[in-house]
Amino acid sequence: MTAKLPPPQRKNPLLPTRQPLLPPSSRSRTALGLTAAAAEGRFALQVCADCGAVQYPPREACHACLGANLPWREVPAGGALIAETTVRITADPYFRQRTPWRTGIVALDCGPSVVAHLHGDVVPDGRVRMTLRLDKSGQGVMLALPGQDTPDMQDDRQMREMTCDPKGRRVLVTDGRNAFGQAMARAFIDVGAAGVFVGVADAWKPFPGQDKLAGEVVPLDITDTDSVHRLAASLGGRVEILVNTALHVRPGGILDRRDTVTAREEMEATYFGPMRLAQAFGPVLRSRGADGTHPACAWVNILSAYALAPTPTFGAFAATQAAALSLAHSLRAELRPLRVVNALVGPLDDEWHQAVPPPKVAPAALAASVLRALRDGIEDLAVGDIAQDLLARWKDNPTTLARELAAG
Amino acid sequence: MTQLAAFAAELLAGRIKVIDLTQTLSPEFPTIALPPEFGQCAPFRLEEISRYDSRGPAWYWNNFSCGEHTGTHFDAPIHWVSGKDLANNTTDTIPAQNFIAPACVIDCAREAAANADFVLTVAVIEAWEAKHGRIPAGNWVFLRTDWSKKSGAAYANLQADGAHTPGPDPEAVRFLVEQRDVLGFGVETIGTDAGQAHHFTPPYPAHFYMHGKGRYGLQCLANLDRLPPTGALIVSPPLKIKGGSGSPLRVLALVAS
Repeated sequence: MTAKLPPPQRKNPLLPTRQPLLPPSSRSRTALGLTAAAAEGRFALQVCADCGAVQYPPREACHACLGANLPWREVPAGGALIAETTVRITADPYFRQRTPWRTGIVALDCGPSVVAHLHGDVVPDGRVRMTLRLDKSGQGVMLALPGQDTPDMQDDRQMREMTCDPKGRRVLVTDGRNAFGQAMARAFIDVGAAGVFVGVADAWKPFPGQDKLAGEVVPLDITDTDSVHRLAASLGGRVEILVNTALHVRPGGILDRRDTVTAREEMEATYFGPMRLAQAFGPVLRSRGADGTHPACAWVNILSAYALAPTPTFGAFAATQAAALSLAHSLRAELRPLRVVNALVGPLDDEWHQAVPPPKVAPAALAASVLRALRDGIEDLAVGDIAQDLLARWKDNPTTLARELAAG
Repeated sequence: MTQLAAFAAELLAGRIKVIDLTQTLSPEFPTIALPPEFGQCAPFRLEEISRYDSRGPAWYWNNFSCGEHTGTHFDAPIHWVSGKDLANNTTDTIPAQNFIAPACVIDCAREAAANADFVLTVAVIEAWEAKHGRIPAGNWVFLRTDWSKKSGAAYANLQADGAHTPGPDPEAVRFLVEQRDVLGFGVETIGTDAGQAHHFTPPYPAHFYMHGKGRYGLQCLANLDRLPPTGALIVSPPLKIKGGSGSPLRVLALVAS
């Protein structure tokens, strides 16, 4: 059984920090289908549209009928471990730091046999639940879990390379002025984060929830470069998860506004703000990406699902979210081994969506979704019915979605 | 010796002191808080261009951004709708002669300490005149409240029903403009008007009457406690912004020691 992971020990300052190396990351374009599924926490493989054969590894033509139409489909995740080995010596620098490392071959119920990383509680000849996970390179890999949950299974050493469990980690929630940041801070405390820092801008301005704010309040205004750098200088080395909860939603299309003043504020808060955070906190978080038992592991962005395609009633705001989403994609490349989690949300249940009918995303629901994503190692999530619907329509046809939304 | 040469000699000899009445422009300094659905005054922000590094090896400089009404700032008559059609009502057209003028300083620090909603009335002004003489035409009138010694939340003093900071009542402003022909009105708080002045009739009387008659405003002043009741000479040229409604500025007071 997995041993319970003790809280992080204080570091010996005489020892060099383990470097944040990455496991092999090269993939064919086709194989990135595993990564896309892993990012969403789905177990998907190519399934031949002609004969129904499930494919593994990813390929261009069906292994059974040579058909070329191999769409990615969710498939049953059950299987049996038919072989295992423990790697003790390897030439790969990332795995050299982490040996011994268990891998095995799992015969999937849906057909193929696959090479997988093994959770420590997977036993020989036992049933397993197969999952697709992102590794520290951000690539999709197979991780076999035991058939049934086991106590403290989240603490498994190999599994922790693929998850971002907040337990024992220190979290910076960038904006505690809004209900979403406040709920996020409370949720991290509730799941045993070792510390929660909550940024508050414009402390001279009172705000709702101020008296009940959970976590340690720190001064942070992500629209102010100096403020971001000052906090990074004092706190950067003590944060393992950063959640940017700074929101600046204002209704209105392009013509309603008559000026660019509000749009500039939106860009400051939702595009330049994350850029400042990344420039100030990114390098130190990345450098601690393999530091100790609780390394820096995640960077969470809260983005509107209208980043995918705008709704004209929030048209100017949606443009800033598209910019922020693009920035987040670039950050993924630059912040590895950190996970960059993009939570796409539908309309929030706040004062800026008064005219929008439900369903709307409540603060506690957003916090719960983000925590689940971190624990499960998910990088792309859509929170709430509207966001999930938008994402599904966007995947189906982005141009059609943009036209649909433009039609009102 | 000409008058100016004599002045320069006094200045060089240190017998005329230069007192800085300006708050430091910083990102943290409070700006006027309006309901969030209104357009907002941008706070002060600084972005480094280079600092002896790869972006510019031998030099340090920044871009800055802010609103016209951020930090210690000047209000031009066009700032208020009552002054919108006056001649020479913008920062670039106000006669430069008006940027140097004497000031009368009415000390209400004790009253403001006791009551954040202290209101300057005609009676208070007349009591000051009984002691210091009639306010001469063309003078600034500064309301000293020592509010500049506060910072952060205490300075903005925002409550659930809005800001609570001292300022003049409508009759006092009319008195200063119509009976005393002042150049303008200066305060230590974020606005020339009281924090609750939107409930006055008319709302924001210092803005309404001062700017309606082409007079000016100075806000977020500091060090008014170092000025004599009369005799200080104020240097307060705003930036020459084309069509500007105001501007952050350095405000200096010359005081004979």
